[in-house]
Amino acid sequence: MRFIDEYRDAAAVQQFARALTALVTRPWTIMEVCGGQTHAIIKFGVDELLPREVTLVHGPGCPVCVTPVEIIDQAIAIASLPHVIFCSFGDMLRVPGTQKDLFSVKAAGGDVRMVYSPLDAVNLARAHPERQVVFFAVGFETTAPANAMAVARARRLGLKNFSVLVSHVLVPPAMEAILSSPSNRVQGFLAAGHVCAVMGYHEYPPLAAKYRVPIVVTGFEPLDIMQGIFMCVKQLEEGRHEVENQYARSVRYEGNRPAQQLMQEVFEVVPRQWRGIGEIPRSGLGLRAEYQEFDAARRFGVTYLAAAESPECISGLVLQGVRKPSECPAFGTRCTPEHPLGATMVSSEGACAAYYRYRRPARPAAPSPSP
Amino acid sequence: MNAPQDFALQCPVPLRDYPQVLLAHGGGGRLSHQLIESLFLPAFKNPALDARHDGAVVEIGGLRLAFSTDSYVVRPLFFPGGDIGSLAVHGTVNDLAMCGARPLYLSVAAILEEGVPMETLRRVVASMQHAAARAGVQLVTGDTKVVDRGKGDGIYLNTAGIGILEHGRRIAPASVQPGDTILLNGDLGRHGMAIMAVREGLSFESAIESDSAPLAALVMALLEADIDVHCLRDLTRGGLASALIEIAEAVRRDMLIEEAAIPVREDVRAACEILGFDPLYVANEGRLAVFVPEAQAERALAIMRRAPGGEGSCRIGQVLDSRDGLLKLRSRIGALRIVDMLSGEQLPRIC
Amino acid sequence: MCLAVPGKIVSVAENDTGARMGKVDFGGIAKEVSLDFVPEAGVGDYVIVHVGFALSKVDPEEARQVFEYLKQMGELSELHESSPPPASS
Repeated sequence: MRFIDEYRDAAAVQQFARALTALVTRPWTIMEVCGGQTHAIIKFGVDELLPREVTLVHGPGCPVCVTPVEIIDQAIAIASLPHVIFCSFGDMLRVPGTQKDLFSVKAAGGDVRMVYSPLDAVNLARAHPERQVVFFAVGFETTAPANAMAVARARRLGLKNFSVLVSHVLVPPAMEAILSSPSNRVQGFLAAGHVCAVMGYHEYPPLAAKYRVPIVVTGFEPLDIMQGIFMCVKQLEEGRHEVENQYARSVRYEGNRPAQQLMQEVFEVVPRQWRGIGEIPRSGLGLRAEYQEFDAARRFGVTYLAAAESPECISGLVLQGVRKPSECPAFGTRCTPEHPLGATMVSSEGACAAYYRYRRPARPAAPSPSP
Repeated sequence: MNAPQDFALQCPVPLRDYPQVLLAHGGGGRLSHQLIESLFLPAFKNPALDARHDGAVVEIGGLRLAFSTDSYVVRPLFFPGGDIGSLAVHGTVNDLAMCGARPLYLSVAAILEEGVPMETLRRVVASMQHAAARAGVQLVTGDTKVVDRGKGDGIYLNTAGIGILEHGRRIAPASVQPGDTILLNGDLGRHGMAIMAVREGLSFESAIESDSAPLAALVMALLEADIDVHCLRDLTRGGLASALIEIAEAVRRDMLIEEAAIPVREDVRAACEILGFDPLYVANEGRLAVFVPEAQAERALAIMRRAPGGEGSCRIGQVLDSRDGLLKLRSRIGALRIVDMLSGEQLPRIC
Repeated sequence: MCLAVPGKIVSVAENDTGARMGKVDFGGIAKEVSLDFVPEAGVGDYVIVHVGFALSKVDPEEARQVFEYLKQMGELSELHESSPPPASS
């Protein structure tokens, strides 16, 4: 596949790794914000090729991980209603609420469906006027325009049986929350390429300046990530803290204007709870007053439940890059993908699940002779 | 009151918080595994079952026979490259072949939903007949039940089969040796992605056809050439990764496979990319892994390549000396990682 | 977050709701994708697609940059003639 295969070229990735090894003189800690990048790093083993001095910590950029448990409980309550078709992206179905997950609702007879796009949910609403179709609108800035479009289109079509359960989150406030924490150890950021494809990167220079951290907008293939790390380390070694764009083939400074306009028309910035982290001011998106009729939480009168996380789970610290998954006493024993204590173990993008899948019981030993 | 009688019953491990059966319990991943280990195996414990192979090998009157069964609940009933009928024949034929047996006779049980068009059933039966002829087996007994409308997905099929072992080899996970080479008979993921392409909500336009095919002729060719086959495993639900992990765990041996050596067609890979799937876990219905001593690997490959369904055969890795029971993979960019079994089916990783 | 994949626009049409839709080819499979957010993209262009929406047009010029950079680095290290040992082991 063009624009994918060439960025997985082993020789090119290893050339960057060698250049990085030649460049680095001191230990540095870099955070990749995005769960998609975490997944690629672990799946391809990018971190295995890094020099010892460079430590990657994994950020909170996984919507499945940070969606607060009370919203999962709301989703479960709505999906359990007999006249509802509840639509969601695949991985959200496995996230545990207080008592159960959406898969359990399906097993108990609820009409829970996996869709690829929010527009599929709109089409379902058109095809089933006698049913209420609800879409679980989660995600970061990348997904917000798509969900905004679904709502806007439902309104234009006059659909009375479509609504969205919104739990949108925003990246820059989360980065600031991490940087301003007294326990922060992140010295440089790989910013999430696809979020920036929508939002651009004009929000980052003030962050880079205030906290004196380099921020490199980075893509998702192994070569992208390796180059992003290289650019970040180069800045750190040279004492710079600028915003650079590794992913220029897809990201422009100003981002995608039409997408931003529609987002702003449908959504407004609100405070948002992040699972495992807590409330971050101005870190989420909610429906504007003009679109309240599409708010599933209002339509179905599901009330907030104060839900408690497992006290043993350190997912909040993992999401902030303060601890590594393997530093958790429950990791791999009382907490596994089949029996997760926290959301970072649930999502395949979650740092704990990724570690469990690819890093157990320890880093693999040197290979025996190849076949 | 004194000690209660010693019941033969063993207390099964609780099913990890799930009071109900989930779809994931049938997904071929960790939850399926747990269900079998904690519920079925303790209940039915016996030596043939304990071999944990695709079928059982039993001895009757001096003959070694393989015996296997499988049920088919595929949706949709007809998919690019096959249908539930051909799948049901190939599936059981392949399970028997994985025991090193020549498949001979099959039974078929059909559970039909009230209202299924007779024409649909006719097409499925014709397809089974065709598949059986191609695989050289006969459907010798069967059963039909009809359930109320809404209680089934049109047609469910179960097939069971017996085959005969015409050699003295013990083809099973327990025979896997360090240094064994792992061979694969072609590209991965076609069946899973052919089904995904026509699944409501996730569909896409593609020319991907299921790889569903009988593998008995290929296996017989290896055995007739006296290749010292240690183990065979067809790659169904859960894909290559789950099949190899099961064997690695069963014999507590590590294995190393090379990502760059594992063929995946470009369109299958593209479908995996947009859904966030890893082809290593995607279902196949005409693929198998073959474990042979390194010294015979080249000859085995040449035989496989000449056999039907084996044109794309290649070597993908080997069994190591170390005994953690882990599957390791050298990634496309040259780094090592562990491949773990998934909990259930792969879910589209949209975000 | 945000799985998005590059694909090539092979046709463009308006659907019954007035949306600008395109058929996008991803290495041999195709999906109908909303092009509402990329008015500048047309047939033959590559776009990054996320949950059924094209979010940006891929710039082939920029896509080459990383390889240019590598090439320069390669020439540089040849000049120094001291290629450091590989990081992978």
